Parts: sequence; structure tokens; C-alpha cells
Amino acid sequence: MSDDTAPAVRFSGLHKGFAGQRLFEGIDLELPRDRITALVGASGCGKSTLLQLINGLIRPDEGEVKVFGSAIDYANLPAMRRRIGYAVQQIGLFPHLSVRDNVAILADREGWSAERVKARIARLFQMMDLDMALLTRYPHEISGGQAQRVGLCRAMMLEPPLLLLDEAFSAVDPITRIEVHAQFQRMQQEEPRSVVMVTHDMNEALSLSDHMVVMAPGVVLQAASPDTITTAPADERVARLLEARA
Amino acid sequence: MKTLMTTPVLQRSRRGLSGALMVAGLALASLGALMSSPLASAEEQAAAWPEDKPIVVGSKADREGHLLGEIFAQVLEDVGFTVERRLGLGQTIITYQGLAEGELDVYPEYTGTLAHAILKLDDVPPLKTLDELSREQGLRVLEPLGFNNTYAVSMRRDQAESLGISTIGDMADHPDLSVAMSHEFIKRPDGWPGLAAEYGLSQVPRGIEHGIAYQALRESKIDATDAYSTEGDIKRFDFVLLDDDKGYFPEYLAVPFVNAALPEDAVAALNQLAGSLDEDSMQALNARVSTDEQSFAQVASRFIQEQGITTEQREVSGAKWDKLGTNLIEHLQLTLSALLLACLVGLPLSLLVYRNPKVSRVVLYVTGLLQTIPSIALLALMIPLFGIGVVPAVIALFVYSLLPIIRAAITALLTVDPLLVKVARGMGLTRREQLRHVILPLATPNLLTGIKTAAIINIGTATLAAFIGAGGLGEPIVTGLSLNDYDLVLYGAIPAALLAICAELLFELFERLVIPAHMRGLKSR
Repeated sequence: MSDDTAPAVRFSGLHKGFAGQRLFEGIDLELPRDRITALVGASGCGKSTLLQLINGLIRPDEGEVKVFGSAIDYANLPAMRRRIGYAVQQIGLFPHLSVRDNVAILADREGWSAERVKARIARLFQMMDLDMALLTRYPHEISGGQAQRVGLCRAMMLEPPLLLLDEAFSAVDPITRIEVHAQFQRMQQEEPRSVVMVTHDMNEALSLSDHMVVMAPGVVLQAASPDTITTAPADERVARLLEARA
Repeated sequence: MKTLMTTPVLQRSRRGLSGALMVAGLALASLGALMSSPLASAEEQAAAWPEDKPIVVGSKADREGHLLGEIFAQVLEDVGFTVERRLGLGQTIITYQGLAEGELDVYPEYTGTLAHAILKLDDVPPLKTLDELSREQGLRVLEPLGFNNTYAVSMRRDQAESLGISTIGDMADHPDLSVAMSHEFIKRPDGWPGLAAEYGLSQVPRGIEHGIAYQALRESKIDATDAYSTEGDIKRFDFVLLDDDKGYFPEYLAVPFVNAALPEDAVAALNQLAGSLDEDSMQALNARVSTDEQSFAQVASRFIQEQGITTEQREVSGAKWDKLGTNLIEHLQLTLSALLLACLVGLPLSLLVYRNPKVSRVVLYVTGLLQTIPSIALLALMIPLFGIGVVPAVIALFVYSLLPIIRAAITALLTVDPLLVKVARGMGLTRREQLRHVILPLATPNLLTGIKTAAIINIGTATLAAFIGAGGLGEPIVTGLSLNDYDLVLYGAIPAALLAICAELLFELFERLVIPAHMRGLKSR
């Protein structure tokens, strides 16, 4: 992660299959740094697989994944993953830990002082409109919208230069989702970072992202800015995905 | 020199275990023999008895054995030896192994058992021969106490008289008699099969535990059962022994069976008892324990004075059971050390294998197999490997604790929400941190349940540890069973039950302390 000009993520010659079924056969793709990239496409197109190839939860059969210019060192994943925030649709807050311990789980392992942890959480909670009183509660004692934002705070606790969001906004009702979107955008302004988000919601992708990768099973149909995609869809399939959003 | 290995041991024990167990015991006994060094000659050992070494007196769990053991102990104490009592040990396999392995120095045995079960002879040779054969194993047979406690068939006096039955042969005329015999007696060729052939008996006996056979006989649930000719209960319950007019049963003369290294002073002290007890007086002594409710120590002490072996007045406790506190502590020690050991082995093992279904299955299969070994059998199998006492008992209990702990642990670890594990991995927790901070805390409720189950099984099973001299609450139970004294059984059984309940409550309390309330239902978000 030393190269200041390298793309956030670069896939080259990527092959990946599951249980004998081939999914990717030679994908080459770059995801820009300091931008929000949305991976969109129908379910089964492999967008979530692509995301998990970035933090090594899935390993390629062939080809290479580079993050900020460095190939993933599969022997030393935890260290790399701590520089890549990760939030998922089902959130996955640890039920036995308080909100504070959930958010600070990595900082505590990294040996942060209590003051430093508290200051960082205070800033994250302020950006996400969360009440510090929630810190002593357990995950089952907070609302779904709060849990989703706590999950995002946990992913950003160590100020990772790259954030991966796997449908991270989709578990809440549409009104709450609009709020969370706004908070997320505010956070991105205050702490700009490279983000890769997977979503099945075309509107969400168009409104939040700077760069879009539209996928069909195993292939990239178009990688461009939201504007280009809406005005000049690369082919029929991209156009159909755009039509389906309303 | 005839070794333990070439001498098939304990094919038939007098008051013993079933055939299958015997075979297993035999196999392990051979293994034990392989592992132990060749026995030194009797002479070498005799010279080597350290002055302050206590003499360990053992006995089987039956009343007569217990009483004779106490008499041996007091006689030895009267001539100045320090004595350690290991009375009420399970059965022949245990006392014999104890003696052969040097865990015991003396216990009362019967010539018939020695010949058949220990030396594996077809009939009972003269005493001199028995002694010579025993010396080859570093053991000695001392002079007989006098009485012959052979097998007998016992009936209620009124029924025997009204049917006109006085000999075993008379039973042939009453094929409807309900006959129940101890399991071993039914199986041994020189037990029921031979007896029925000899006397032409057509009844088909049911198997019954000897400890409850007299109760059943008394309550007319059965009409005849096997007995030992000197049992005090025969007098007490007004039973009759049928005449063995064809002389079918061999002689079972009671003898001190001792370590050949025992000092001559000790041998001389024990030989003072030679010929001191005939059948009637042994029956009377046995009855004193059962009917007059005197303690073994009291009856033994009075007997020794009556015999003029000592004139000293001995302070003996008349209390029925004065070791309950000690037993309770021993029981806790057994249970806790076995549990601790099982946790120390079971939990890391589970962590090691749970992610590999094949290996997990093998581990569960093996521990499950161990679990199916009957507890008394497992205890007996421990003797050749670990001797008698606390060590084999703890190991046996440890073996029983493994399955509940490992099964619960593997299930607990496998049922942790995979999403949470994925999130923990994805965020960059190391394998160790995932275990420490996510997987183990989430698995704790189920883990604790497994440990609790093991603890409660242990508390119950540990009562059997008394059979191999490990003490505990099983001691009053074993003694009570041999005495037909249900009070004494309850002395052990009630504290054991209370202990199990306490364990349950303590675990619940512990769960409340370590697991947040909402986690006891195990939900995740």
C-alpha cells in the first residue's frame, strides 16, 4: 500500500469458479482511489464475490488482486484487513459485546488508549448522528437503523484508507436509508477515502457513487461514471438494468 | 517362573464380574504384567520391608470380607504395625490385582476362589500347593481361619419345611420353585449349570444381584437363591441352607492372602487367627454386624479380645459411619480433578478438530465408545494400568467426562453464527482473536452445559470409585449394600444427590455471572 498513484484495487487476469461452475474468466478491472465505486448487477453476477476478493475472504483461482498497488499477501491477511473497513447487509454486530466494544474491537486489539478510542468514537458518532448513550447498550437494545450506523462506525474505526460495503444500506426501511445515505456522504466529505460498495439498488448506486461497474454473471458490462452510464449505456443489458430501477 | 501373563487370571471370580468383562480384564491384566518388572523373589522382598512402611490391609466389598479385613488390621496394629485400611474394594479382580501390584499387602481370600479364579485350576488343591503356586507370584497363602464359606442354596425356613425340602436334591421334586441366582453363579460352569446337572434340577434361574436377593427371598418374591454358608443374614432372616449331600461345592476356606514380602512378625500375628473361627462363629460375627448394628471395628475388637489375642481395651467408634465428612471431601476431589482434566483435554481437542467434520466425527465416535464401557468394568480395566486408589478412579471419571464436554464443545463451536465469524475474519481479527473475543464467548453457554452434564455424571459415577479404593461417598454405599443396610446406603446416596443438585445450582449461578442475560437465549444480530 505504498504506491500513492496506484488504483485502490486492481484485478488482473482474474479467474474464479465455485463448485465446478466458472464465474470469472479473466477479468481485468481497476477501481479508482479516493472515489466511491458501486458494483451493480442482478443477483448472481458475482459483485459480492468481487468485493470479497478484495479483502481475501475469497481467493482467486488464477490472476492477481492488488490493493493500492500491492498484491494481497495471503499469509498475512489480518494486518491487511485492518486497513480495509468491511460492513455487510446483516451488520453482524457481536451480540455479547456492548456497542462500545463492538465499535472498538479492532482499536482495543491495536492497543489504542481509552482516550483515543473515546475521541475517535465521539467523532464517528457525531458524523453518523449517533448518541453516545448507546455505547453501553447491547446490539439487541438498539434499533435497526442505529445498528446499521454502528456497523459503519465499526468498519471505519481504524480510519482505513479503503472501505468495502456489501449491501450495507439495504437492511433498513427506505426512509431510514435516506438518512443513512446522507450521513454516509457527510462522512465521505469529512474523511474522504476509497470506497467499494456492492448494491442491487441502481438508484443508490447512481446517487452515491462516483464510479460504477455494471456486471452481468461473470462479466463487466460497463465501467464508467454514473453520468456516462445513464446517458450512454454500453449495451442493451445495461440499458435494461437502468430501466428496471423505477 | 510362572508369570502373571502365562497364568490366566480371574477367569472365574467368586463374587465377580461377568464373563465378557473378565476377558477384557484378562487382556489388560496381561498388558499390566507386560509393563511391570519381573517380580523379585520372596526372600529378597522380605529383607527389604522398610520399618515404618504401613501394611495395607484390603478386603472385598462383602460384609465378611470387610469384617475379616478389620480383624486383620487390628491384629496387626496390636503388634505395633502401622496399618492403612483399604476395605470394601469391589471384587476379586480388584483385590487380587491390588495385591499382585503391591497396592495391598494382605486381604482375606477363599481357597476356592484362589484355585478357580486366580490360579485357574480345575479343582482345589491342598493348601500347601496353593501357597507354593502363590509364592511364584510373590504372594503367600497363610493358615486358614477355620471356617468353610462355600456356596450354598438358601430358602425361607417355613417354605422349605412345608415342602419337605432339606437337601439341594429335594428341589428337583418342586420344579415350580422360583429360583434366582447371582449373575455370576448362573454363568460359571461350576455354578448353576454343574449344580443342576449334578442334582437333576429343571428350574431356570433368573439373574439377581446378590445384595438384594435376600430381600427378595424374604418378601417371597423368589423361593431360592445362592448363598454363602457363613452369611449372618441366614440367621437373621431365618433362612435355611440346603444340604449339599453330594458334596458338589468345593471348599472355600478363608485365608489371609498376603504379599510374600510381609515381615515375619506380621505373618505370625495373622497366623494367631488360624483356626479361630468355625462356620457358626463366623455366622455369629457376621450377624453381630447386621443384626446388632455394631460397627466392624467394634465386632472385630470384641472378637480379638474374646480370642485372647490381646488384652488391651481398644477405643473403637460405635458410630455407624463416622467418615462422612472425609468421604464428601474425597468425592469432591475425585469429581473436580476428573472434570478439570477433562476440560483441559476436551476443550483444546475440540478447538483443534471442530472445523474438520471428519476428524470431529472420529473424536466423537471414540469418546462415545469409551462412554459405553460399563463403569464398574472401566474401573476394573484401570487396575492393571494404574493400580488401585484415586489415580485410576480419576482417570476413569475423566474418560466419562470427555464425551459430554467434547460433544457440547464441538456443537457449540459449530453453531456459532457463521456470519459473525465471517465478519470477525473480514475485519482483520487473527484466528486467536476470533476465538478469544468472538467464537468462545458465543459458544460459552453451550460449552457450560456440556461441562455441567459431565460434572453431574461424574458425581454419580464417582460413587463407584469406592470399588477400587478411591474413597468418596461410594464407601458407605458399597458397605451398606454388603450389609443390606439401607440406612448406610442412604448415608452415601443422599449427599451424592445433594451434591449433584448443588452442582446444578452452582453452574446456573456461574452462567448468570459470566453470560449476559440476553445471551442465554443465544440470539445474534
